[in-house]
Amino acid sequence: MTASPDNVNQRLSLEESWGYDRRMMNYIYNAAAHGLYEIRGLGAKRKLPHFDDLVFLGASLTRYPLEGYREKCLTKTILGTRFAKKPIELDIPITIAGMSFGSLSANVKDALGRAATAMGTSTTTGDGGMTQEERQSSKTLVYQCLPSRYGFNPDDVRKADAIEIVIGQGAKPGGGGMLLGQKINPRVAEMRTLPEGVDQRSACRHPDWTGPDDLTIKIQELREITDWEKPIYVKVGASRPYNDVKLAVHAGADVVVVDGMQGGTAATQSVFIEHVGIPTLAAVRQAVMALEEMEMKGKVQLIVSGGVRTGADVAKAIALGADAVSIGQGVLFALGCNRDSYIQNGEHHSAVDDYTALGTAPGYCHHCHTGQCPVGVTTQDAVLEQRLEPEMGAKHVKNYLQTLTMELTTIARAAGKQNIHHLEREDLVALTIEAAAMAQLPLAGTNWIPGQSSF
Amino acid sequence: MDGVMNPTTNIISFDLTTTSLRDVNHYLHHQVSPGNHIDIHHPNGAHNLAVGLQEAIAVDIHGHTGYYAAGMNQLASVTIHGNAGAGVAENMMSGRVHVKGFASVSAGASAQGGLLVIDGDAGLRCGISLKGGDIVVGGSVGSFSAFMAQAGHMVICGDAGDALGDSLYEAVLYVRGNIKSLGADAQIEPMTEDDQAIVANLLEQAGFSHNPNDFQRVASARQLYHWNADAKQDY
Ligand SMILES: Cc1cc2nc3c(=O)[nH]c(=O)nc-3n(C[C@H](O)[C@H](O)[C@H](O)COP(=O)(O)O)c2cc1C
Ligand code: SF4
Repeated sequence: MTASPDNVNQRLSLEESWGYDRRMMNYIYNAAAHGLYEIRGLGAKRKLPHFDDLVFLGASLTRYPLEGYREKCLTKTILGTRFAKKPIELDIPITIAGMSFGSLSANVKDALGRAATAMGTSTTTGDGGMTQEERQSSKTLVYQCLPSRYGFNPDDVRKADAIEIVIGQGAKPGGGGMLLGQKINPRVAEMRTLPEGVDQRSACRHPDWTGPDDLTIKIQELREITDWEKPIYVKVGASRPYNDVKLAVHAGADVVVVDGMQGGTAATQSVFIEHVGIPTLAAVRQAVMALEEMEMKGKVQLIVSGGVRTGADVAKAIALGADAVSIGQGVLFALGCNRDSYIQNGEHHSAVDDYTALGTAPGYCHHCHTGQCPVGVTTQDAVLEQRLEPEMGAKHVKNYLQTLTMELTTIARAAGKQNIHHLEREDLVALTIEAAAMAQLPLAGTNWIPGQSSF
Repeated sequence: MDGVMNPTTNIISFDLTTTSLRDVNHYLHHQVSPGNHIDIHHPNGAHNLAVGLQEAIAVDIHGHTGYYAAGMNQLASVTIHGNAGAGVAENMMSGRVHVKGFASVSAGASAQGGLLVIDGDAGLRCGISLKGGDIVVGGSVGSFSAFMAQAGHMVICGDAGDALGDSLYEAVLYVRGNIKSLGADAQIEPMTEDDQAIVANLLEQAGFSHNPNDFQRVASARQLYHWNADAKQDY
């Protein structure tokens, strides 16, 4: 059909703007209607250079592979060997990230503890203190010391297996926690010493120390209180990981956790989630470089988080120099986040209406901040939280961690490694120039590392 | 290493110039029983002295302490015969910490219980993030004191600096002197009989003889408790 002048006019009249597309218009309509920024859960939604932009080379004539089903491939991981009398010994290098009781229900905390224990790995408390449920169900529990200090107390410090001082989170480096009133039920309120139902905004700076020199003394205080037994982790959101890792090591950390901008959250301003911090891929390289320059690689362990989803992601993080990874959102999905149904008493029930009630749909939900999670994961509601049964949740999370571990060892064997910690940078190449530049790896099929060598 | 026991007073003493901090703290954690009395000499500004105590013991520190003295205290009664560095009695749960001199920044930060008494002045951020503990300051407090304080009481016998009680939750502050400025959401409220009883009781426990009637009550206006676009808050 030949285009009549009328047709062309019509199509020109329907040309969408790139800068002001419908997504942007909706953002402005919403801002104009409410005068308040959007708060939401989960992590950055925009496409970012990521582990997907790397591939493993695998074995070849120059490297022998291991037999996939017969030859051993070790996954044992030890964290906190620098100063602590009792380092953390894990069967796998995949840990469960700190997620607060308050954002998650007690059932979920229980399920995470059981799954982690079954897989021989650790769980982590969060901004809101330690629950009895998670202490009981977790063989290895990392206790967070956050700026808010909600529920922070010396009895739990002594009960913990390691202590993690949180400086920041990848989803919001420089921001404090947030928990909207719907989620401050009586138990959460009591644990946090807050009035029920307030919209809580936690502090973004610690109350009793400010700079890295103070942090050194704070770390020593926690060591003194625990008679130097427990590893002390320091968690930073990825903004200037090269400097932050150096300062954390200098301050005496046993383990540094670097959380990239893809990292999840239970509630944060979306402008923060999408526009502050750097991608995990860039952060790992910077963190490893800092450790190498200080000759601390292997002495201070590095945990990487933020967008770790698959066994391939785990393998890539480790090959880039991490000792372990931590997972938040992946674990939520394993529990059924964004699924169209939940399982109760052995049967599937549709949750679609509940997503609709939140103004969303399965696959698009990021409404953790509302406390009305349709599948019972991020809620304190007495009815909704029943939708996540601890046994079922534990089984799914265990299966997920097991799958990641099998994928990880598959890759390690293919690369000829008897121990997943032997994966190395030389095993990786990048598929995009951005990833090559950020991870400082050669672009596949070339020797070119942007900024280092010429093509 | 053990301290030296004086047979007539039953006081066990340590000298930090000859015993390490780690040994002293270890002793205080594992080798004491309720009622014990321990003297610590020559602290010379050591950080993290007498942290994480758990028994109802009396500890006298003769000299100045560094950061976090008596941090996370439970049950013990610790007296510092000198000045205290940053974060004295931080996150205290119970018991009593008494600073005979001045206290630096963040005194009593996030304390959940117990009583912190400071005879002299306290620096910036005194009682920041307070979660149920009580603090009595004989002198004045610096700016940003009681920032985000959630529960408990602060009795300030002197003046308060800028932004007192910014973003207060349910903690209540009593000030005898001038308040340079109040923080966001903090307001002066009339003293009730209950307030006077609280102040009288805390002053007595702290050993001060001021008249409770001379204090002003500062508490939260609770305007920041909920998101509200019309309140023009800079969230
Ligand atoms: C529901 C939820 C709650 C979280 N709560 C905390 C918290 O209390 N403290 C903290 O340090 N990080 C918290 N995080 C961040 C995680 O510890 C972790 O950094 C992040 O989830 C890792 O990225 P990933 O979600 O892409 O795996 C939370 C994340 C989620 C998804
Ligand atoms: S399904 Fe639940 S956990 Fe997942 S995004 Fe929605 S509210 Fe959050």
